[in-house]
Amino acid sequence: MADKLHVDIVTVEGRRFKGDADFVVAPGSEGELGVLPRHIPLLTPLAPGSVKVRNDGEEQFFFVSGGFLEVRPDQVTVLADSAERADDIDEARAEEARRRAESLLQQKLSDADQAAATTALARAEARLRLAELRRRRRV
Amino acid sequence: MQAVAASKLRRVQIRAEAARPYADRMAEVLTEVASRTTGSPHPFLTERPIKKRLLILVTADRGLAGGLNVNAIRVALTYIRQGEETVLDTIGRKGRDYFRRLGVPIIAEVSQTGDRPELKDILPAVTVARDEYLKGNVDQVALVHTHFASISRLVPSVSILIPVQVPERKEGLRVGYLYEPEPEEVLARLLPRYVEAQVYAAVLDNLASFYAAQTVAMRNATDNAGELIDDLTMLRNKVRQATITKELSEIVGGAEALAAG
Repeated sequence: MADKLHVDIVTVEGRRFKGDADFVVAPGSEGELGVLPRHIPLLTPLAPGSVKVRNDGEEQFFFVSGGFLEVRPDQVTVLADSAERADDIDEARAEEARRRAESLLQQKLSDADQAAATTALARAEARLRLAELRRRRRV
Repeated sequence: MQAVAASKLRRVQIRAEAARPYADRMAEVLTEVASRTTGSPHPFLTERPIKKRLLILVTADRGLAGGLNVNAIRVALTYIRQGEETVLDTIGRKGRDYFRRLGVPIIAEVSQTGDRPELKDILPAVTVARDEYLKGNVDQVALVHTHFASISRLVPSVSILIPVQVPERKEGLRVGYLYEPEPEEVLARLLPRYVEAQVYAAVLDNLASFYAAQTVAMRNATDNAGELIDDLTMLRNKVRQATITKELSEIVGGAEALAAG
């Protein structure tokens, strides 16, 4: 049998996914990265974006708002700040959040608020991109 | 009420259990990273002389839970009295109300987080504590909550949150990660989340204790009411018996008086 990765996506509120995979793609803070079985142990923070889990040709997507990716040769753990399965993403809510963040950014803000709004915007956009991707695949 | 509390207890226990994988992995990763970083240690890991302290006190929002809140408050009082000046950060209404009456400064409070608290509900309280520490306003952050050991053993306990106590390494766990970016940077992002996860776990633990205490309190109330009902039933029967006997003897007495007259 070919090598598999044991994938675990956990948040502080509970486990979101557990299963095997051939290939995992995650939004590392230094850039998107793909993980195959027998990868070198790696630890990196995550940026808001989508985690792709591929197993036997089937792909699943999860939105993560940040967190950490821990890679071992046969194991991938996503310690997510929050994780949603692509199917659960509420597009209307994401759109609303994006508008809010954009209008915030147009006002004059302190550095900290500016950073918070930029992060919020990145989160909302990542959610929407993922929802969009899902829609295209279904059609 | 007893059945309600018992079923809620079960649900909270499931939630507390669900939070475990994250907490366990987080602890493992933190141990690993902390052992790898060199150079100037992160402020969260540095002990400094204590001039002022901050206590995060977790209590329930509601009562009818036996000695649960009182016991936690007592532990908090002991902590406050034995040492340097302390400011409070309360999660839960009972602790907040008590210390407000006492006049202990409360710099942040979160309450009404309900039966399904989410991390974002308690985050404000944790953020305030973290900032106070980073600004140097306080030199230690401690946490008091009631630990659920079993339904009949609820233990109010104090633990030190910041400086962070890095968990001991278990044998043979050394992984030797590649870090991206530098380990120091990764550690700086890990530590706040570790603290948040600990407070969140304490809130769930406390909630489990609350429902356990409520279950026990309600069971005691039911038992007491049962005993009271038995006693009162006995009393009623005795009174009734006495009244009947008295009336009978009066009738007999009256009849005899008539016959004699």
